Amino acid sequence: MKVPFSWLKDYVDIDVTAQELQEKLFSCGFEVEELIYLGAGVENVVVGKIEKLWKHPNADKLQVCLLDCGAHGKRQICTAATNVFEGAVVPVALDGATVKHEGELVKIKSGKMRGEASEGMLCSGEELGINDDFYPGAEVYGILILDENTPLGEDVRKVVGLDDYIFDIGVTPNRPDCQCVLGIAREVAAILKKPLKLPDFSYTEHEAETNMRVFVEAPDLCPRYIGHYVSDIKIGRSPAWMRKRLALEGLRSISNVVDITNFVLLEMGQPMHAFDLADLQNSEIIVRRAKEGESIVTLDDKEFRLNENNLVICDGNRPVALAGIMGGKNSEIKETTKEVFFEAARFARDSVRKTSRALGQKSDSSARFEKGVDGYTTEYGMKRALHLIEELGCGTVSKTHIDVDAHPADNGGKEMSVSVSKINALLGITVPTEEMVKILKSLQFGVEEEGDTLHLVVPPYRDDVDGYPDIAEEVIRMYGYDHITPTFLKAAQMTQGKLTPAQKLVAKTKRVLCGQGFSEAVNYSFYSPKSFDFLRLPADAPERHAIKIMNPLGEDLSILRTILAPSMIENVVRNVRRGNEEGKLFEMANIYLAKDLPLTEYPEERKRLVFGIWGNYDFFDLKGAVETLAESLGVKLTYRAEAMTFLHPGVTAKVYLGEKEVGYIGELAPDLCAELALEKKVYLAELDYAALEKKAKGALKFKPLPKFPVVERDLAFVTDESTTCAQIEEVILRSCKAVTSVRLFDVYRGKQLGAGKKSMAFKLTFTPDEKALTPEVVDKNVKRILDQLSQKLGISLR
Amino acid sequence: MQSKIEELKAQIAEGLAAVKDSKALYELKMKFLGRAGAITSLLKTMRDIPPEDRPLVGKQINALRESAELSFENAEEKIKEAELKVRYEKEKVDVTAPGKKAEVGALHPNTLVVNQLIDIFMGMGFEVFEGPEIENDYNNFTALNTPKDHPARDMQDTFYLSEDFLLRTQTSAGQIRVMKRQKPPIKILSPGKVFRSDDDATHSPMFSQTEGLVVDKGITLCDLQGSLEAFAKNIFSDNVKTRLRPSYFPFTEPSVEVDVSCFECGGKGCRLCKGTGWIEVLGGGIVNRHVLENCGIDPDEYTGFAFGIGVERIAMLKYGINNIKILFENDVRALKQFKD
Repeated sequence: MKVPFSWLKDYVDIDVTAQELQEKLFSCGFEVEELIYLGAGVENVVVGKIEKLWKHPNADKLQVCLLDCGAHGKRQICTAATNVFEGAVVPVALDGATVKHEGELVKIKSGKMRGEASEGMLCSGEELGINDDFYPGAEVYGILILDENTPLGEDVRKVVGLDDYIFDIGVTPNRPDCQCVLGIAREVAAILKKPLKLPDFSYTEHEAETNMRVFVEAPDLCPRYIGHYVSDIKIGRSPAWMRKRLALEGLRSISNVVDITNFVLLEMGQPMHAFDLADLQNSEIIVRRAKEGESIVTLDDKEFRLNENNLVICDGNRPVALAGIMGGKNSEIKETTKEVFFEAARFARDSVRKTSRALGQKSDSSARFEKGVDGYTTEYGMKRALHLIEELGCGTVSKTHIDVDAHPADNGGKEMSVSVSKINALLGITVPTEEMVKILKSLQFGVEEEGDTLHLVVPPYRDDVDGYPDIAEEVIRMYGYDHITPTFLKAAQMTQGKLTPAQKLVAKTKRVLCGQGFSEAVNYSFYSPKSFDFLRLPADAPERHAIKIMNPLGEDLSILRTILAPSMIENVVRNVRRGNEEGKLFEMANIYLAKDLPLTEYPEERKRLVFGIWGNYDFFDLKGAVETLAESLGVKLTYRAEAMTFLHPGVTAKVYLGEKEVGYIGELAPDLCAELALEKKVYLAELDYAALEKKAKGALKFKPLPKFPVVERDLAFVTDESTTCAQIEEVILRSCKAVTSVRLFDVYRGKQLGAGKKSMAFKLTFTPDEKALTPEVVDKNVKRILDQLSQKLGISLR
Repeated sequence: MQSKIEELKAQIAEGLAAVKDSKALYELKMKFLGRAGAITSLLKTMRDIPPEDRPLVGKQINALRESAELSFENAEEKIKEAELKVRYEKEKVDVTAPGKKAEVGALHPNTLVVNQLIDIFMGMGFEVFEGPEIENDYNNFTALNTPKDHPARDMQDTFYLSEDFLLRTQTSAGQIRVMKRQKPPIKILSPGKVFRSDDDATHSPMFSQTEGLVVDKGITLCDLQGSLEAFAKNIFSDNVKTRLRPSYFPFTEPSVEVDVSCFECGGKGCRLCKGTGWIEVLGGGIVNRHVLENCGIDPDEYTGFAFGIGVERIAMLKYGINNIKILFENDVRALKQFKD
């Protein structure tokens, strides 16, 4: 909300500077996002009177003036302007002054023009950055001619209205009543403890004949509609004071009647509309939902096709305004307008917002309605407009006043009683009762004291106030938050702070991974549907059953993740492109699994872990990390060579927890690497963390150490290439209980073994149970193992 | 016999002078003092000595043995010393060469901040609750006193997934779940991801919040400031002060913004605090009565406070990260700086 300092002064005697007021507004909940000084850039420009004017002796197009600049003395200045004359009072930029020129600041210096001294420059309105609405004549071609009675030597900013500030105030959504100059003035009066001078709402009604009727067919969308008939309209120019006010707010003056509607919006926060009565067919206003396919051309010549979600104001036959957004071209105010039907209404904010968004049409009026307008403002907005009609002498206010009000009780005067002690209990301090009363009265509350109770009449425009905490807030923001003294949960009960086992396990998992050199990544929860194509997932892959965002920022961020790999691949690519030749990353995040699409119930959010390593690493570096994690979580994972569409078919395993598939690990397919211009190999793994978590070991329990030394035996086998480590391990472990560990430590291929053969060497650990293992017992065990291997896998010792 | 002893003496001295390493020394020692060594053998010849001479000869041979043992000991010591010296020289390493490091990764700055928040508030008796990232409209808005046509909905651009489901815009949504299943006293810290359709230099469509909620009898605005001051001192510095100023959130009343005095300049005004001496860090307030009512908690019996902390904002302030995007790029050069 932009509020001019000078305008505020109409309602409150402000005796502090703009900067001081900014501070005070801030501490009361109104942050001044920008305090704009209008005169910024215009320095050292004063009022001067041309005493003498003569032709420049050496230049046809120049004249020389002698100026009386009051306290600044006499100055001689050359000018090319032709609209100057002896006796003219003009702005004079003295030596060292700055003025504006085509948006830039220009410094003025004394000098000589064609041999004649020129101690500055005469200024146009444009050079001061003003237009006609600021100061009449500011737009003429040439020098700005000021009023002849302007005191000489005065700073020109004071004369043309530039010695002013605009407060750009961030108003919180609970205070729509402060979306206008008067609203802010009410706050300022309370802050400065000064009386509030209300604008003049008075007018005289005259007899005048009209048979205008108003029907509100959609009272849910238009709770109040006030119409008033004004006759004898004389369309003309608004007075300078009004044009200037509009100019300060960045609005151009159009005509007196239209300016009044804009002025009331700025001053009171009530959007208004004026219809040319002659254009209202059938002398009717009907407020209703548009019919499917109906259309309207708005004041800015845009045509809109409407439907029943749009509220329209119609005459007897057709829409004449898009309710709360913009009037129709068919009934606009023209120079020939003789009679006007004024509208001040309340439209449901949601309805205005939806129509405005749906049609892509907005206005100051719609912006205001979207924030909410109260019934009191509707009534007083109309009164103010009618007063201004009279004050500007541009029409005759009639007796025809139509007020269709669906909820008369909503128009303010709400009463409530609050307890002083309860307010203090909420704040935690004691605000003296008389202080509370003073504050509330200054905020225009009606207050009556009765012991601990305050009987209040809430100001009619304060729809936001509905309970004692609201009153507590009003009190403390005016009393000062610096009165609040930090206490440490004085009255609260002791509670035990703790993490759940699942939360602890997450922390542990991340710690274990960091300990192995992995850094934690965080990625957006959404990506592009093309991610699935990149992974070459088949059309019926469950991952493609992903939740779509209805209003995404773009297609690239439109699908909720069902697999984390695409984000990790993107991370790796970004790192490699930035020259990070190696790295290890992990991310723990939810994937979102929908039962139905579109969603009809909460989807499952399932925690997953994804790993990516690149650089001087191989498959077993990543597998080792996964194994270490599994070990520290106390889960046993197994790995089976199975293909994934986006991984190298020879370097990919699916990961199992028991019989349940819980992820994959492998090398990113070489052709995809090539596509991404990745020169070094990238290894990826992804685990269903939720499944791991479920099986994770609980409490730690000590197992007594073996009483007898373990015995180790190294065995090497010759096998076919296709025989896997896991197969051999499994047979060994199944055939002998005493074996507690089998570890492959060497693989050898050579001519003497023959083509398609390899030698695999394992270290077996036998752990004795009740009694020591004699070499004979171990030999027996080894024999059994070898028999089994030969039977099941057809392999023998090398 | 006398001459024999002298001869052995001379042989030992000669042998020792020639010995270069401990192996040769050992062999030499065995030659004289071993089981079949010359001195040992000499002792064995005692039988052939007339008994009256034996004490004297015995003494002489023993003297020889003792002196030989001493000589060998001395020689051993010298040789060992010399050998160690050689070994030391040979095994010398350049201790300034790099060590064999185990790689260490780092937690994401967001995780570091959340972990610290958990530490701080767990010490005050808070439990940690994580609600779902996909919420329904009711929990995210309506129950938080933000009905459909409420203007505060404009403050947040929401990603909708269906008519009723959305990506939560605030961790406050978790408040409702906690208050519905648990009766006061409630002290909950709720960290998590939130989503808003905003993507520019200072906004990310996904970011992290941590919500705090206390509901009990007699909770005051002073308690809110006290708790948050403890948080600010812990996370920034013992010297920071806090300041409340009025604000608005639909689910708290009164609502406040909490500023901390600038920990960079101590409140004098600098670039970080834009010259104001204060930095806005979070929002909070007294839990709105309607919110308590919506969760079946009697607002006349209980009061509470709630606050919401922007995790990225704290991380950026605390670690001096100048651009929020860095937190989502996952550049290992950036991440590895956070080995905490």
